[in-house]
Amino acid sequence: MMSYPLSYILLLPTLALSVLFAVPSQNTSAIRRIAILGVLLPFLLSLGVFFTYNHSTGGFQFIENIPWVVPFGISYHLGVDGINALLILLLGFVSFAAVLISHHIKERVKEYYILLLLMIIGTYGAFLSLDIFFFYFFHEVATIPAFLLIAIWGSDRHEYAAMKLTLYLTAGATLGLIGLLALYFASGLQTFDFVQLQYYLTVHPIPLNVRNWIFGLVVIGFGVTLTMWPFYTWAPVGYAAAPTAVSMLHAGVLKKLGAYAIIRFAIQLMPQAAHTWMPLIATLAVLNIIYCGLVVLAQRDMKYILGYSSCSHMGYILLGIACLNVIGLNGVVFLMFAHGIMVSLGFALTGFFADQTNTRNLDELSGLAKRMPFIGTCFAMMALASSGVPGFANFPAEIMVLLGAWDHYRWQTVLAVLGVVITAIYMFKAIRLGFHGPLPSRWNQLTDAQTALQKLPYILLLAALIIVGCFPTIILNKIEPASKGVLQYALTTK
Amino acid sequence: MVNFSLAWIALFSPMVACVVITLFFLRSKTSSSLTAIAGILISFVCTCLLAAQIFGVHPSPQVQQSLPWIHFDGLTIDFGVLINPLAIMMLLVVTGVGSAIFIYSKGYMAEDPSSPRFFAFLSLFAFSMIGIVLSNNFIQLFIFWELVGLSSYLLIAFWYEKPSAADAGVKAFMVNRLADFGFMCGILLLWSVSDFGVGLDGTIEAGRTFLFTDLAQVVPHLSLPLLSAVGLLIFCGVVGKSAQFPLHVWLPDAMEGPTPVSALIHAATMVAAGIYLLARVFFIFEPLTAALMVVAYIGAITAFMTATLAIVENDIKRILAYSTLSQLGYMVMALGLGGPLQGMYHLTTHAFFKALLFLSAGSVILALHHEQNIWKMRGLLKQLPITGWTFLIGTLALCGIFPLSGFWSKDEILALAAGHNTFLYWVGTLTAGLTSLYMGRLFWVAFWGKASDHAHPAHESPAVMTMPLIFLAILSVVGGFLGIPHFLYPEQMGTVVQLSPFVALTSSVFAVLGLVISYRIYGGRPSSDPVETKIGFLYSLLKNKYYFDIVYGWYVDYVQHPFAKILFLLEQVLIVRLGVHGLTGLAKATGNALRYLQTGLVQFYALVFALGVVYLFFIMVTNL
Repeated sequence: MMSYPLSYILLLPTLALSVLFAVPSQNTSAIRRIAILGVLLPFLLSLGVFFTYNHSTGGFQFIENIPWVVPFGISYHLGVDGINALLILLLGFVSFAAVLISHHIKERVKEYYILLLLMIIGTYGAFLSLDIFFFYFFHEVATIPAFLLIAIWGSDRHEYAAMKLTLYLTAGATLGLIGLLALYFASGLQTFDFVQLQYYLTVHPIPLNVRNWIFGLVVIGFGVTLTMWPFYTWAPVGYAAAPTAVSMLHAGVLKKLGAYAIIRFAIQLMPQAAHTWMPLIATLAVLNIIYCGLVVLAQRDMKYILGYSSCSHMGYILLGIACLNVIGLNGVVFLMFAHGIMVSLGFALTGFFADQTNTRNLDELSGLAKRMPFIGTCFAMMALASSGVPGFANFPAEIMVLLGAWDHYRWQTVLAVLGVVITAIYMFKAIRLGFHGPLPSRWNQLTDAQTALQKLPYILLLAALIIVGCFPTIILNKIEPASKGVLQYALTTK
Repeated sequence: MVNFSLAWIALFSPMVACVVITLFFLRSKTSSSLTAIAGILISFVCTCLLAAQIFGVHPSPQVQQSLPWIHFDGLTIDFGVLINPLAIMMLLVVTGVGSAIFIYSKGYMAEDPSSPRFFAFLSLFAFSMIGIVLSNNFIQLFIFWELVGLSSYLLIAFWYEKPSAADAGVKAFMVNRLADFGFMCGILLLWSVSDFGVGLDGTIEAGRTFLFTDLAQVVPHLSLPLLSAVGLLIFCGVVGKSAQFPLHVWLPDAMEGPTPVSALIHAATMVAAGIYLLARVFFIFEPLTAALMVVAYIGAITAFMTATLAIVENDIKRILAYSTLSQLGYMVMALGLGGPLQGMYHLTTHAFFKALLFLSAGSVILALHHEQNIWKMRGLLKQLPITGWTFLIGTLALCGIFPLSGFWSKDEILALAAGHNTFLYWVGTLTAGLTSLYMGRLFWVAFWGKASDHAHPAHESPAVMTMPLIFLAILSVVGGFLGIPHFLYPEQMGTVVQLSPFVALTSSVFAVLGLVISYRIYGGRPSSDPVETKIGFLYSLLKNKYYFDIVYGWYVDYVQHPFAKILFLLEQVLIVRLGVHGLTGLAKATGNALRYLQTGLVQFYALVFALGVVYLFFIMVTNL
């Protein structure tokens, strides 16, 4: 298994998925066990891959390359550098937690887990593929199940939300695909292989104005996935309607696919065009941070708060990308991990209490910490992490983004610092209204997470936030050579 | 030689205590309190050993040790300790006063069912505070700066079921966050110019640093306007943490926390962290005459304004909170006048007597079953002799009565002011008079006269609480004779001032006058405040705390919140209605192809997808 770990990461959940088809749908406990196994094994493998990745040599490792459709230059090409090794680790954490907290699903259990696994496989595949065709293919494999999961198991306005989310993501990805296809044809190399394309484009650059167009298509297309301003409105609605596990996976991981695609396919392939676009990106980043941040202040539903807040935080990722320097990009990748863990924890906790209170409205909630000390503590820590309090992974990430951006985008950085204040306002307000204050008597029957298994997903995510937050070098070691790799041409061709 | 492991142990032992309590003792009151006390005592012992090593050599050295926390090309953030006399002095205050308060808390929190949580938070605070003191660079300092803010929030909102406590916690954190916005910008700005003279070989970012010792080398080469901006931005952080005008509003509300918290965090240590920060990085401020003027005036305004507020306050803890604000104003003013020594000296003595006052007040509050209104107290001196007498000692020390500790440190500040700025000197002296006035009022009303024949007679607190009182009372008395200024700056950095007889005499006259006037008004123990009706308009101005809270509340309710609502509405109308729906409507009108995408998405999609797959397989098969 260790000789082709990346393929096994895709194969094992696929295996679990096929087994699920054979299990009778009444046997929900077996279904759950298989599903848990189906995400636990790739999680462990991704841990293994991440920690055995050799950062002193850098570059892509664990490479598997099998030509598939030769005339089109499509190949099954997997490989990781520090960036996607970290992102599959993030997916490992979040997918495992998402499946664990899914015990509240009681209807069509079998179909639910099948679709969830499919979504997870698609996301793994997209992160692992070094072939643009396969990247796009897996991206769609992840998007379609999300549509069904929201439409079938969702809550308020779920059909509208599912439609909106899928339309946006598909439109965005199509735009990105058009860009990538243009690159495919413009290069004249007849290959979808990322590594070959990168090498070829460095030696035979295509005209700058063409690159500028392509770059724009890719950035805007995948910017939709990343909820770049003003293409973010699908996200809060979609997350609010989605079942908890889908919100976790979508906001936590799938969204980062947008940033990943921008870094990989726009910046790494067309570094010179990046310099043209980045001032605009930095400005949009600030709109994300401030505009979406202020919009959160007008929200009362906890899932909308988390949804808009995650749009707001994507601004830091955009700002870091716009820096085009190693400090900023390290911060971006770090933040993708930190934010992914944090926001999925937030959705998981919200799902936990909303299942019992039947409301996520902060004006109706009060004093939950009294009956749910464990969940309340985790929620507070999630809020702290989100507000950039030191000790959690988000802090070093944001610091690096700010330090990276300071030289190039002075006023944008100042506004980004202000964004941290705004985050603190709504997050602390959420703790205050939801968990502090007196507990209404109608909620005297609420129960906390009790068994170790119930607590495990929350503890796991929190542990990741705290350990990485206190010892950032654990992941920075792996990120740094990759960031350098991405930017090696961007830095030399100013 | 200096043994660094002592510093590391001093830093991490409260952290270990916090973790141990959280993991094992969340249900055990005794074990949790003992663990916390052990943690802070270990820190205290290590600090004393360090002090012996540092002060044992002449001249006292400045040494540091650091480990890289984040390190790659272009960015290095260290995690280290920088030990010099200033840090050791501050550390002695934090761990010494801290130990007394931890022990006191064991008695004070004995009845509270969630006291393990309290001790875990308190240990977290001690760790963070020691971290501020020892940090050797700006980012590390900022980390601990935020962590003390966090522990302050957690402890203010400790009784979270009480809405006022929960609100006060949020308010404290928010105000500090706002201030740290400036602080962070200051740190970023300073960092970005800290590679002065290094980047000649083209590696522009290679030499950037956060280290205090390196920055001290860089600062003399920077232009004054730039440095002033850095200084004022860093001062923003101080204004928040040390609750200076106009961000002082959070501290009185912070009194919602348990009283030991008010003593430790909101009087002796955390709120003084701003002063310590100014003293620690005074090399930045030294050349900045204009910026220092701003600092001095902010301090003076705070000192005077908050002293006037204390005069009409009826809650014993809030009176002390205003007094803390006022004294912090003195310290900031001292720094602004170029006297880190005087500021730090007053910080030290203030930690002694203000912690004492709060702990005595806590003893009173516990004895009176959580009564905090001074008009419902009387004659406490007789009922609670230890508490009462120690409170009196604290009061006299605070008023600056000779020869108690407050006299020496306050007079150093006033003498400094007299030498630099006559106006500020008189503001300071007048404030000294006001200090005696409100402390006299508090003392005469609550402690003087005959005991009330209350249904529940008040009982003196147990020894675990009175021992720390006595310990702090002794320090408050002898604080002026310990040679603190000598320890602080053996080389006499900053401005040296001689105590002038004129300054000492004037301030003593004002202090005594304040006590006398307050005795004239309150000595006969009227049943309600006679001042209320006499000063008319002024009274409502003071009672409403100069309308700061009202204005800030108005801003949040009528500016910030509506603005957020408008942006949300704009999003719904412009982006969603006109933008997205408008575009799709246009698409609908122009062609049927997109209508399929709108109505039958999944089937349509699946069809395209399936066709694509079939096509690919076809290609593949024909090519094999």
